[in-house]
This record gives sequence, C-alpha cells and structure tokens, in this order.
Amino acid sequence: MSNVPNASMPINSLLNEMSERLGIPVDRLIRSADSLKARKLIEYDERGELRSVKLTGIGEILYRIVIEGEPLPEFWMVPTRSGLKPLGAVVKEVRKNILRMVAEAGSGHVGASFSTVEILCALYFLKMKKDPGNPNWSERDLLILSKGHAAPALYAILSEAGYFPESELLRLRELGSILQGHPDLRTPGIDFVSGSLGQGLSVAIGFALAAKMDGSRRRIYVILGDGELNEGQIWEAALTASHLKLDNITAIIDRNQYQFSGETEKVKALEPLEDKWIAFGWEVFEAEGNNLKSLVRVLDLSSFVRGKPSLVIAKTTKGKGVSFMEGNSFTNKAPSVAELSRAFEELT
Amino acid sequence: MENLSQVEELGKALVKLGEFHKDLIVIDTDVSPSTKTIYFAESFPDRFINVGISEQDAVGIAAGLAASGKTPIVSGFSMFLIGRAWEQIANSVARTNLNVKIVATHSGLSPYADGGSHQMLWDIALMRLLPNMKVIAPADAVEASEAAKAVVECRAPCYLRLGRSPTPVIYKDCCNFQLGRAQLLRDGSDATIVANGIMVSLALEAAETLSLEGFDVRVLDMHTVKPLDIQSLEKTAFETGAIVTAEEHSILGGLGGAVSEAIAEINPVPVKKIGVADLFGESSRSYPKLLEKFGLSTKSIMDAVKTIVRGRK
Repeated sequence: MSNVPNASMPINSLLNEMSERLGIPVDRLIRSADSLKARKLIEYDERGELRSVKLTGIGEILYRIVIEGEPLPEFWMVPTRSGLKPLGAVVKEVRKNILRMVAEAGSGHVGASFSTVEILCALYFLKMKKDPGNPNWSERDLLILSKGHAAPALYAILSEAGYFPESELLRLRELGSILQGHPDLRTPGIDFVSGSLGQGLSVAIGFALAAKMDGSRRRIYVILGDGELNEGQIWEAALTASHLKLDNITAIIDRNQYQFSGETEKVKALEPLEDKWIAFGWEVFEAEGNNLKSLVRVLDLSSFVRGKPSLVIAKTTKGKGVSFMEGNSFTNKAPSVAELSRAFEELT
Repeated sequence: MENLSQVEELGKALVKLGEFHKDLIVIDTDVSPSTKTIYFAESFPDRFINVGISEQDAVGIAAGLAASGKTPIVSGFSMFLIGRAWEQIANSVARTNLNVKIVATHSGLSPYADGGSHQMLWDIALMRLLPNMKVIAPADAVEASEAAKAVVECRAPCYLRLGRSPTPVIYKDCCNFQLGRAQLLRDGSDATIVANGIMVSLALEAAETLSLEGFDVRVLDMHTVKPLDIQSLEKTAFETGAIVTAEEHSILGGLGGAVSEAIAEINPVPVKKIGVADLFGESSRSYPKLLEKFGLSTKSIMDAVKTIVRGRK
C-alpha cells in the first residue's frame, strides 16, 4: 500500500505524485489550489500557506479515485444505524465503542477485540447477506465468532449496523443485559453462542451441511483465534469440513500472534500454519487482517472456491489502533481513565 | 423372560422414524455397526454422517444442524460421547436449548468384556446436571424403541441411555411410553423399588420372590430421570413408606441421587440405593457375573427391601 498517501500527507509530495501520475505540471496544479480550496477538496492550515495544505476527507476520496481507480473500502459508504457512513469512520467508531464498553464493564478483552475489528467490519458491512431489521432471516449468511472473547467488537458492530440501540453497549456484562461477556443467543444478530474455545468450526459444519441439504446458498463464516487453534476439536473439524467438501464455509484466523500467556509461537508453535491447513485439504488465503482492501479481496476470492472449505489467515495486530495497546499488554483488563483518554486521542 | 437388544430395536426404530421425519439426521462417531445406526445409514445415506472418531466435533455439528431446523441424533458410546464431549453438550446444546438428541449405547457395565475404560457409570449424573436436558434410561428393548420416538418428537435436548447387550423383555408389544411419567409395573404396599434400565427386570424378580416371603412390594419403572416424576414419587412414598432405588450406574448422582433429593424435600421416607459403589468397572467374560460382583443383583435388591421394611417396623 506504499503508493497510497495518508490523509495528512504534505501538499508538496502529494502534488508531485499527482503531477506524475496525471501528467499535469505541478505549477498548474498549484495554480488550481485556490479552486480546490473553494470546492473544499483541500484546506489550508492556520498560516494560510500552500505548503502545509492538507487534503480534506472528500478530497482524499476523489484523490484516491484518480490514483487508484476506485476508492478504498474505507471510503465506501455503508448503511449504519445513523444512515450511510464511510466504512473507515465506522471502524474508528467501533474501536472507540469497544474502549467505552470495556471501561464501563470493568473487564473484557480489548486487544483481542481490536485485532478483529476490520475482519468483522468487512464481513458485516461488505460481505454478508444480513438484515438488521430481521436478524433471523432464513437466507442470511451466518457468522460464528468462535474466539468469543472478542465479543465487544462484535457487539459494537451489531449496534452500528442497527441490530440494537447503542445505549445497550454500555450495559456489557451487566446483570440482565442482552450483552453477555461472551456471545449469546439473547443478543439480536448473534447466530451462535461461543466463549468456550474450539467449538465454532464444528457448529459451522452443522450449519453448512444443513444449507447444502436445503439447497440454500447461504455462506457460513467462522472467526477463529490463533491461540484457539491449540484446541484439538478445531483439527477434528478441519478434517471433517474438507472431507465433506464444504465449500460454503470460510474460516478466518485472526492471526495476532498472541494468546493469553504470551506469543503463540512460544506457548505452542503453530507455524508453518498455512502448510497445516493445506495439508488438511483447505484452500488457504493470506490477508492483511487490519486492512479492509486486502480482506475484501481475499473474502471475495474465497466465495469462488469449489469443492473444499476456505481458510483466510488474517495477519493482524493485537490491540490494533492504539499504539500502547499493540502487542500483548492489554489482554484482559479495562483501560484506566488516563489510558482511555490517550487511546481516544489516537483513535480520533 | 425372552432377551432382546436395546441397540437392535433402536436401530430399527430410527429407520421407521426417519421415514416419517424428513429432518431426522444421524451423526455417527464411527460406531454404527455396534450402535445399529447402520440401518439408518443404509435406508437414508443422505441423512447419515459418519464424522469419524470425533465426539466433540459430532456434538458441535449436531448443534449447527439443530440451529438450522434439523433434528440431529448424535450416536456413540456413552463413555466417549458423554464423557469426552460433555462440555460441548453443555455449552453448544444444553445452554442453547437446541433440538439435539444424544443417543448413547454401551452404557453402564454393558460393555462387560472391554473393562473400566468403556464402562460408563456416571453419565446420568453428568447429564441430569445440565439445565434444559431430559434424561431417559429405558428398561428394555421395547421401551427403548418407544422412548426413541418420544425423544425424536419432543423438540428439546435429550439424552437417551441404552445398554449394549440383549436384556430381558419386560414389555410385550408396547409400553405406552410417556416421557417423564413413571410406569407402575407391580403394585404393593410395604415398599417401592424405583428402578430403571436393566435393573427393572431384576426388581420385578426380586418383588416376585419377596412376595413368597410375605413382602408386598411395588415396582416403578422410572425410565425418565429428568424431568423426574415427582407426582408418582410423592404418591408412592405416601402409600408404601419406603423406597429402594436400583440402577446400573454409580450410586452417586444418578437415579438414586435424584430420588433421594426429591424425597428429602417432599416426604422424607427411608431410601436405600442399589447401584455401583464409588468404583470403576472392570473386565468380565460374563455380563451377569459382572453385575453381581458390583452388587447389581436380585439378592441385593431383596436384602435392601427387607432391611428397609424391618427398620421401619
């Protein structure tokens, strides 16, 4: 993604790149800066100098259309509870809500939730057939969050998509709440329970078999944790799914490299992970797991696989989005007030 | 009494049920020649899935099928299906209250030659602890067949517990099986033997012999351990004043445990429990000899009845 500038890129290098790609001299681009400003595509800083001008949000979208040919998924407008929003804004909002929820609840897995935000957003807002107004729609695609401790991420997304009011989020883990510590059927939009690791892939096989028997084209998605792969049942299910040629399953491993007590490779090495799943008969894809574009591309490819189940190894960062949470330091604790405000600053 | 195999009758019953219930699916854990679900496999190959020797996976798959509106039966040996996959049953089946039928054979001491590794003596205790779960241990092959029908048709998670070996037939052609309703097999007023599984036939023998010695003993077939037939228990406690339980299971937590818990609250008459003491099983070339070694005999039931009746007088 090195060819894509970020939103705060200085105007000079930006103009140089635009000039190069579009074949328009830089001075002509500079001359048109005022009209770009008038159209709110760029904005000058407080000193009014052209040098430190930045692209506005809408300017960035247009820029990317010119440079990339199509906007990144971050800029795709997706339906949310409060109307159409760019997916990138949804992702940011989801991370903030996860922090709010866990801080309010006093416990919860922030790191494991953060690493899986883009995977869940790509699925809920771009890939899956879903109807938040009719959560039990019989033709909907199904999602099992087998790494159930990432529930706060799923709840924040379900709320954003409109399955239940945002106010419910702050009742996470509260007595009587629809939001249990781990996914539960009492929550609108949750397709299956989890929390006990290792069981989701088997349940997905049951869903997939039933879909095949009924001639349904629904797809079954399962999100597995990398630590979860320590569970033997996963490998029982891995054999079963490929033996039964269940090509309506896409399993996604949130490969954030950490499990509860430390690095996965130090606790019980998983690598070479890709080779293992290939040997088990799966079609294996790799994706940058915190990059929507990479995820969407791979998820699209997985739906074309025939005769075997698909696996996406999504390389993610635990605690993704907040610098001091990246890595393993925030496995299962609520952020302090100070940490919360620092994290919010980074997420804004 | 004629001997018939519960698994054989179950196998046939499933085929009949499969013809009528098009959503019935059997998940096998690679034991269909022993559990006789092979008959179902031959009749409905598209609705039979052998997932291999993978009990945990099998239970999860059944949960997914049930959540999609199917009626899955998971079939396996009691020790491995209940013992190994218990937490999967708890979290994916019982907690979700899904329409999954756990049908386990080779329970109790019935895999007599295989030894302690295969003899499941605590499955009823494990299963009746789970909220939403119904637990049924039929007395003979006829009752097993009718229980299978009731279990398939009740739309709730159920555990059907069967033995491996042919056992005496108690019910001739039908038993009008009703889930959660005990069967009165012999009336009496001095004491009640509350039994299930293979121990029902021994209880009837014991009651017959006791009658020659002047004891008038009632026999209840308590095939459903959960939900327990509290009404029948209350009535029999009031009318006979003493209860002996008999089961092919540990005396801890099974039928004896369930009956004692209930009786202690509704009408605390004396209770004596016949079952396997707190012990693991072992190999034997003869099923009756093994049962006898662990105190599962007509004589031990009779002794218990005499002790409890005399103690009350």
